[in-house]
Amino acid sequence: MSHLLEIKNLSVNFPSRRGQVAAVNQVSISVEKGEVLGLVGESGAGKSTVGNSVINLLEPPGYISGGEIIFDGIRIDQKSNEDMRKIRGAKIGTIFQDPQTSLNPLMTIGKQLSETLIETLKISGSSAREKSIELLESVGIPDPVERLNAYPHQFSGGMRQRVVIALALAGDPDLIIADEPTTALDVSIQKQILDLIKSLCKARNLGVIIVTHDIGVIAEIADRVAVMYNGQLVEQGTVKQVLQKPKHDYTKSLISAVPSGDQKLHRFTVVDYIDGSEEKVTLENVSDHWLSKNKSSETHKTAISVKDLSIEFSIRQALFRKNRIFLKAVDNVSLQIQTGESFGLVGESGSGKSTLARLIAGLYQPKSGEIDIFGHDVLQRNQKAKTSLIRRKMQMIFQDPYSSLNSRMTVEDIISEPIRFHRSTLNSNETSKVVNDLISFVGMPMTALKKYPHEFSGGQRQRISIARALASRPEILICDEPTSALDVSVQANILNLLKDLQEELSLTMLFISHDLPVIRQMCDRVAVMQNGKICEIAKTDTLFDDPQHEYSKHLLGLMPRMDLFRL
Amino acid sequence: MSETNKSSSRWQRFLDNDIVYSFFTTPGAIIAASITFIAITAAFAAPIIAPYNPFDPAQISLWDGKLPPAWADGGSPAYLLGTDNQGRDMLSTILYGGRISILVGIAAVFLGMLLGVTLGVISGYFGGLTDTIIMRIADVQLTIPGILVAILINGIGRAALPLELREEFAIYVVIVAIGLTDWPQFARVARGATLVEAEKEYVQAAKLIGLPKFTIILRHILPNTLRPVLVIATIGLALAIIAEATLSFLGQGIPPTTPSLGTLIRVGNEFLFSGLWWITFFPAIALIILVFSVNLLGDWMRDALNPKLR
Amino acid sequence: MFYFIINRLAQALLVMAVVSAISFSLFNFVGDPVNNMVGQDATREQRIEIRQQLGLDDPILVQYQRFMINVAQGDFGLSYRIKQPVSQLILERLPATLELVFASAIIAVFIGIVLGVFTGIRRYSWVSKIIMSVSLIGVSLPTFIIGIGLIYLFAVYLRWLPSSGRAGVIEIGGWKTSLLTIDGWRSIILPAITLSLFQLTMILRLVRAEMLEVMRSDYIKFARARGLTNRAIHFGHALRNTLVPVITIIGLNIGGLIAYSVITETVFQWPGTGLMFIQAVDFVDVPIMAAYLIFVALLFVVINLIVDILYFVVDPRIRRGGS
Repeated sequence: MSHLLEIKNLSVNFPSRRGQVAAVNQVSISVEKGEVLGLVGESGAGKSTVGNSVINLLEPPGYISGGEIIFDGIRIDQKSNEDMRKIRGAKIGTIFQDPQTSLNPLMTIGKQLSETLIETLKISGSSAREKSIELLESVGIPDPVERLNAYPHQFSGGMRQRVVIALALAGDPDLIIADEPTTALDVSIQKQILDLIKSLCKARNLGVIIVTHDIGVIAEIADRVAVMYNGQLVEQGTVKQVLQKPKHDYTKSLISAVPSGDQKLHRFTVVDYIDGSEEKVTLENVSDHWLSKNKSSETHKTAISVKDLSIEFSIRQALFRKNRIFLKAVDNVSLQIQTGESFGLVGESGSGKSTLARLIAGLYQPKSGEIDIFGHDVLQRNQKAKTSLIRRKMQMIFQDPYSSLNSRMTVEDIISEPIRFHRSTLNSNETSKVVNDLISFVGMPMTALKKYPHEFSGGQRQRISIARALASRPEILICDEPTSALDVSVQANILNLLKDLQEELSLTMLFISHDLPVIRQMCDRVAVMQNGKICEIAKTDTLFDDPQHEYSKHLLGLMPRMDLFRL
Repeated sequence: MSETNKSSSRWQRFLDNDIVYSFFTTPGAIIAASITFIAITAAFAAPIIAPYNPFDPAQISLWDGKLPPAWADGGSPAYLLGTDNQGRDMLSTILYGGRISILVGIAAVFLGMLLGVTLGVISGYFGGLTDTIIMRIADVQLTIPGILVAILINGIGRAALPLELREEFAIYVVIVAIGLTDWPQFARVARGATLVEAEKEYVQAAKLIGLPKFTIILRHILPNTLRPVLVIATIGLALAIIAEATLSFLGQGIPPTTPSLGTLIRVGNEFLFSGLWWITFFPAIALIILVFSVNLLGDWMRDALNPKLR
Repeated sequence: MFYFIINRLAQALLVMAVVSAISFSLFNFVGDPVNNMVGQDATREQRIEIRQQLGLDDPILVQYQRFMINVAQGDFGLSYRIKQPVSQLILERLPATLELVFASAIIAVFIGIVLGVFTGIRRYSWVSKIIMSVSLIGVSLPTFIIGIGLIYLFAVYLRWLPSSGRAGVIEIGGWKTSLLTIDGWRSIILPAITLSLFQLTMILRLVRAEMLEVMRSDYIKFARARGLTNRAIHFGHALRNTLVPVITIIGLNIGGLIAYSVITETVFQWPGTGLMFIQAVDFVDVPIMAAYLIFVALLFVVINLIVDILYFVVDPRIRRGGS
C-alpha cells in the first residue's frame, strides 16, 4: 500500500566551518490520509528541518544529503524549484509557528487569499473571492465578507493563526505540515487551534504532520507519534503506545519529565538521559556555612505583605491625558506570604504576574499601595539604608537564561560581584572559596568559573543565575518563570534544585508560572491572577481539587490530558 | 567538550572566536585592515620615512617645481611622484598630508564618540525628560546633513577667532566642527543599545544586588553597547576623513601651510587645466585608498558583528 | 493620526525655532555688524547712525522679535558684501540649485532603487557582487574628487562637455531654466552625475539591506510555502514592504543632495545657492549665511513632513494605530 507521504532514510546536512553538521540523520516516517502524525523533540532535535525538507525550503546552507521523500507515489526530493513550487500550496500546505509574522502586514487578507487561490487553483478573481469567504468560514472567522478587507494587524493572535490555516488550505492540499502551530499562542487559544486542525484533518481527509516540542500537544491531537532526539528518530508508534509504554530511554525520560498535574510528588523525575547535568553537591552543615550567616536577627512571621497594590502603563500616547490609554497591569492586589513558605502565582501571559513580582522586588514603582518586607515598609522615603538592606534579602531568578547573565563577564565575576560589592567576606581568599562552594552547590563544575556565559546551555545558565542570586545571601527568592524557556527534560533538574535549595536554606519563595502542573509540584499556596487582579488564593491541593473561581476552573480545564500518560 | 577546552590555549580560543574566524576568512577584511594599518603607520612615521621634509625651506628648490613622476618624460628619479608648483616632493607631502587627515579624522571621531556615547547612554538609561531633551537636540541636528553643519560650525569657529590665530587654530576648529557633527549618530546607537541592554534581565539582577546606577552603567551596560559603537566609529572615521578633505577642499579647513590631503587636492586642482595632473591625482588616490580601506573594514565589521546575518 | 501630525508639526516648529535662533545669533556674535556694513573707515557719527537704523541698541528680545517678523516676510536684510537684498539673491539663484538637485535626485533614486532591488534578490550572483564592490568604492569617493575626475576626463581630456558654469539659460514665466536647451543639458550632465553618485550608492546599499531583511521574514517564507511565484513574492510582497523604509531613505537623500550641492556647485562653479553660501562663509557675509540656513532648514522640514505623511499612505498599521 502506498503512503500519502513517505520519508525514507532522510539525512540533512548543514556544512559549517567545523565540518558537516547532520541536522537530520537517517529518519524514516510516513503519513496517511486522515491521520495526524506528531513529530516531537526538543529544540535542535531536527524536527523542523524534516518539515522544511519535505517542501524543499531548507534554510541555506542546509541540503538533503541522503534518502528519499515520496509524496503520493512520486519522488519529490529531487524535483526542480519550479516543480516544487507547484506542489507547495496546491498539494502540501504549511502552517508556521508565529501568526504575528507569517502574514504580509501591508496586504489585506482577502488579497493574500485570492492571490494564493488564483495561483494554486488557476481560478478567476471573482470565484477566488467566493472561495476565500468559504475558507474563512470553514476556519471559524466570523463576518468573513467584511473581514476580507482587513489587514493582519486587525486580527487577534488566535484569529490570525486561523487566517494562516485558511491560507494553508487554499490550494486544497492533501498534506498539511504544521510547525509548532500553537507555541506562540495563549493556552486557552492553543486548544481551539488544535481542535480546528484536528477537525479539518478528519473532515477533509488530510494528512497532517504536527511538529512540536510539547508532549501535551501530542497527547491532545496526534494519532501516531514519532520522537526525535539529536537528529535521529528514536521511536515511533501510536500515541497510546508511545506515551504509555515508551521503549527508548529518551522517550521515557521525556515523558516522565512532564510534571504531573494530578498528584503531588516529592521530587520531579530526573531525566538522566540528557548529558551535561551534574549532581548538586550538598554542603555539610549548611547552617554553619557562609550562606546561612547574616540572617535577620528578628524573625517575622510574614515575609511579604502587599496591600492594594496597583501599577499602570501607558499603552497609547496622546496630547491630552483624557485621550491616553492606560493598562492596569496590577490592579488593587493584596496578598501575604509567610516566612519559609513557597507561594505560587499562576496566570496566562499578560495577567500581570511578572509585573507584580517586579513590583515586590522593587524594580518598578507602584502607583499606589503598600509593600512590607519582613514588616518593613519598603516604599517609604526615609530609612533608605534599612530599606536597601531589606531589599538585598530578596533576589530573583529570571525567565530568559540568555539575557539574565552579562555576556561580557566571566562566571566567576558574575557570582562574586554581589559578594565583593557588599564586602560580605573577609578577604579575597574567602570570596573565592565561597564562589567555589556556590558553583558546586548549584551542580556545576569548578571549571565553569573561568568561562563566559555563551559557553553554557540554557539550563546551565539558569544554575549560574541561581548561584548569583545566592551570593547575596537572600531569604526570599522570587522565581519568574525560571524554566519556561528550557526544554522539559532540563526543567525537572532546575525545579529539583530550587526545591532542594528552598528546604536546605529555608528560603521563602515566590514562584511564578503559567504552568499549572509545575505550580502544583512547587508550591504550598497559590494565587490565580487574571487581568491584573487576583481571582483566588488557596492551598495548592485545595485549588486543584476544588477550584472556587470561574477562571481557576477554566485554567484547570486547559491542562493537557494527562490520563493518556498513565495507565 | 570540557576536554578540548582544557587543553586549548588562550590563543586557540581566540582563533576559535567567530569574529576572528570571519576576519581571517574574509580577504577583503584582511586587505582593508592591512592598508588601514600601513596608512596609519606611514602617516605617523612620516618624518622618518618621507624622503624630504616638505616644510623645510632648505630642502625645497623652486627649480625642481612642477616635475612629473619619475617614470614620465622629464621626471627625476629623486622625486618618485613628481613635485608640486613650489618644488615640494609629492610623496613626502602626501605622507605628511595623510598624517594630518588621519589625525583630524581620529580626533574628530573620538570627540564625537565621547560626547555621543555619554549622552546616548545617559539618555537611554534614565529616560524621561533627560532623554527627550537630548534626543530632540540630536533629531534636530540629524535633520540637517552633516557636511552643512560642519561647514557652519567651522565657519562660525573661524569667524569667532581673531584673524591672526585662524591659521594656527584651524586644525582644532575642524576637529571640533566634525566632532560636533558626529555625535548624534553615536548618541542614537548608544541609546538604542542601552535601551535593549537595560531591559535585559542581567541589569535587573544587578539592580537587585543593590549596585549603584553608575556602577551598573559603567560595568554592565557600557561594555555591552560597544560593538555597535565600534562599527559606527569605523564608518565614522571614513566619513570624518572625507568631511575634513571636503572642508579643506572648499578652503574652509586646514590651511596650505600645513596641508592635509584635501588641501593638497584643492591646491593641485588649480593646475589641472595646465596638464599638471599629478599634483591632484596622487593626493586624491591616497585619500580614496585610505577612505576605501577604512570603509571596507567597517563594512566587514558591520556584517561580522551583526548576529542576524550570520 | 491627528496626534501624530501635531507631534510632527511641533517638532518641525522646534527645528525652525532653533535654526532661526542660531541665525539670529550669527548676526550678533559673528563679527561687528556695523563694521560689516560700513567698513573700517567710517566716522563715529556714521556708526552711531547705523546702529540706530539697525536697532542694535534695543533689548535682545525686541531685536529677535523684529528679526522673526522680517524673516516671516522673507526679508533677510542686505548682503554685507554685494549690498543687495538677500531674498532677491536667493530667489535668483534658486532655480539653478533646484534643477541640479532635481536631476540628481532622479538619477540617484531611480538607479539606486533598481540596483538595490536587483542585488537584494540576486544576492549571490556575480553581477550583484560586482555592483556591491563598486558601490563601496562609490561610498568612499568624496564628491569633490568625483567632480574633479569627471572634469578632467570629459572636459579637459576628451573635451566633450563644458567644465563649469550653467549655459543655455532661458526664462519662462520668471523661472530661469537650463533644461530646455542642448547647451543647458550639456552643462548639467557632469554636476548632476557628480552630485547623485554618492547618494545613489547610499540608496542602493540601503535598499539592498532592507530587501534582504524582508526576504528573511516569515511572511516571505510562508508565501513561498503557499506556492506563489518568485515574481509575486519579489514584487508583490517583498518590494512593498521594502518601500516603507525606502521612503525615509529618499527623504534623507534629497536633504543630502541639497547639502552636497554646496560642494558640487563649488567644483563646477554652478551659479546656485550653495556656491553663494560658500562664498558668504568665506567673506563672513552673515545675512546670506543666516538666510541660507533658514531656507535649507525649511526645505528639510517640509521634506520630512511629506515623508511622514507618505508613511500613512503606504503602511496600514500606522494609519490605524494613530487614528
